[in-house]
Amino acid sequence: MTSCHIAEEPIKKIAIFGGTHGNELTGVFLVKHWLENGAEIQRTGLEVKPFITNPRAVKKCTRYIDCDLNRIFDLENLGKKMSEDLPYEVRRAQEIYHLFGPKDGEDSYDIIFDLHNTTSNMGCTLILEDSRNNFLIQMFHYIKTSLAPLPCYVYLIEHPSLKYATTRSIAKYPVGIEVGPQPQGVLRADILDQMRKMIKHALDFIHHFNEGKEFPPCAIEVYKIIEKVDYPRDENGEIAAVIHPNLQDQDWKPLHPGDPMFLTLDGKTMSLGGDCTVYPVFVNEAAYYEKKEAFAKTTKLTLNAKSIRCSVH
Amino acid sequence: MCSLPVPREPLRRVAVTGGTHGNEMSGVYLAQHWLQAPAELQRLSFSAVPVLANPAATAACCRYVDHDLNRAFTSSFLNSRPTPDDPYEVTRARELNQLLGPKASGRAFDFVLDLHNTTANMGTCLIAKSSHEVFAMHLCRHLQLQYPELSCQVFLCQRSGEESYNLDSVAKNGLALELGPQPQGVLRADIFSRMRTLVATVLDFIELFNQGTAFPAFEMEAYRPVGVVDFPCTDAGNLAGTVHPQLQDRDFQPLQPGAPIFQMFSGEDLLYDEESTVYPVFINEAAYYEKGIAFVQTEKFTFTVPAMPVLNPVPSPTS
Repeated sequence: MTSCHIAEEPIKKIAIFGGTHGNELTGVFLVKHWLENGAEIQRTGLEVKPFITNPRAVKKCTRYIDCDLNRIFDLENLGKKMSEDLPYEVRRAQEIYHLFGPKDGEDSYDIIFDLHNTTSNMGCTLILEDSRNNFLIQMFHYIKTSLAPLPCYVYLIEHPSLKYATTRSIAKYPVGIEVGPQPQGVLRADILDQMRKMIKHALDFIHHFNEGKEFPPCAIEVYKIIEKVDYPRDENGEIAAVIHPNLQDQDWKPLHPGDPMFLTLDGKTMSLGGDCTVYPVFVNEAAYYEKKEAFAKTTKLTLNAKSIRCSVH
Repeated sequence: MCSLPVPREPLRRVAVTGGTHGNEMSGVYLAQHWLQAPAELQRLSFSAVPVLANPAATAACCRYVDHDLNRAFTSSFLNSRPTPDDPYEVTRARELNQLLGPKASGRAFDFVLDLHNTTANMGTCLIAKSSHEVFAMHLCRHLQLQYPELSCQVFLCQRSGEESYNLDSVAKNGLALELGPQPQGVLRADIFSRMRTLVATVLDFIELFNQGTAFPAFEMEAYRPVGVVDFPCTDAGNLAGTVHPQLQDRDFQPLQPGAPIFQMFSGEDLLYDEESTVYPVFINEAAYYEKGIAFVQTEKFTFTVPAMPVLNPVPSPTS
């Protein structure tokens, strides 16, 4: 059987977003640095544009001004009539959409990398929105292999109700890059180095692809979101228990039924019920207290990608 | 400088304050818990009062609303005439001064314990004003002896000639517990539990003192600030680099001249170019970026703490 590969169009325009959340500093400072000196992110034949998506939040070093920019790139918000009364981030989303989108438009961006940090111990994480995207699975496989032995995890947020309308989703190939743990408002050199390496490998992959390299079929392990788990709360809605010390910092590690999840202020342990092992992520993310998410349960599965090659060669 | 004498009477009026910075979660959750269930703050000879110091910042989960509350307790802020435009925290500082002070008066609380977290790797840090605070020094020593595994470090924050500005300075005696590393807005079980245990031990110490326990003189080692170092910036005023991996997380460890302190985005290292070894603390504390502080330089020194007066034991409530 001849090798069945997907012939993809060459990649022409890439954007790298930082500051979608203004207090996640690695992306903010990488983008600001590249705006002054972009040599590191240039590749022949590619336009790579670094961009600060939420400048007001960056200036205030806060996650957002009115609402979370990374949740509002849905049709309803993008379609609202522009007015001063709209939340800042909704107006900003529309500006970003006009600059970088729409998907499959003539001048739109092929790939958007959106740079994030988390307070959770998630290490280097790539976020995938579509399980059937051969090109991105191949890219992620390349990044993971290049980073090894440094672990790099893939989080799949494809889900009928839990998937959210991200800033990067306006591109044909949206890539979330999440590195932690890093406190909000802090810039750590080690985390910066890891994110920088992830971007370098991603750009190298795209460059090799454009040059005509064929990437053979591959498989990657991914963690697919099942459900979000809130903190136990009291009758006033206040948090009544903390992430248990056994679960704290254990992102990506198996959590079995009966394993501790939460510790109440009175010292009682609350354990995982049901009969399935899950893989928790975003364990104790600061920004998710208000979203009522203590951690997300994921299941581990393998995604396969067909061979790909740039159609121009 | 007004150095109040060592207590010669039992300490009766004691407060524990959390949420002085609304995003330092150990103190926020402890204060909120104790406001509902204060039993664990009770001792035979006194009960500590829990206080949520900055309710507006706590509700918004931010450090402060208008002005850092833990810098608002100078006489200039506390004693100037209130106006409608006063920053929230200045008004609140005056309220706390009424509740727990007035600062430097005979009516002030006997002791205030203020709870903090830091993003820096400072472990269990005990912050007092100066080596002259005899009661606080004995308390620190007690905590160090009770929890040798924690390696509690003592940081004496007041620089000479400078007026105290922090919350626990309104009381006759005070101490701050600074536990890290913990991100802002995050509640870690291990740090929460350690904070709670330390508070209990502080109250136990006050009870021991009130009951006439003797605390003899001893030698104490502590750290005091000698300067601060800011982040490197571009001409435009943007950050040009960050704390070097060899300095990151090394709070209280010696920093020698010539050692790398910053890693620039362009790749090169900036070296520490001062002349003496210092002990950096608050390395890469999130809240200090806006104060122009990448780390605080401290020197280590040793001093003698005199014995405390031994009180007559407090009569038992039931005789």
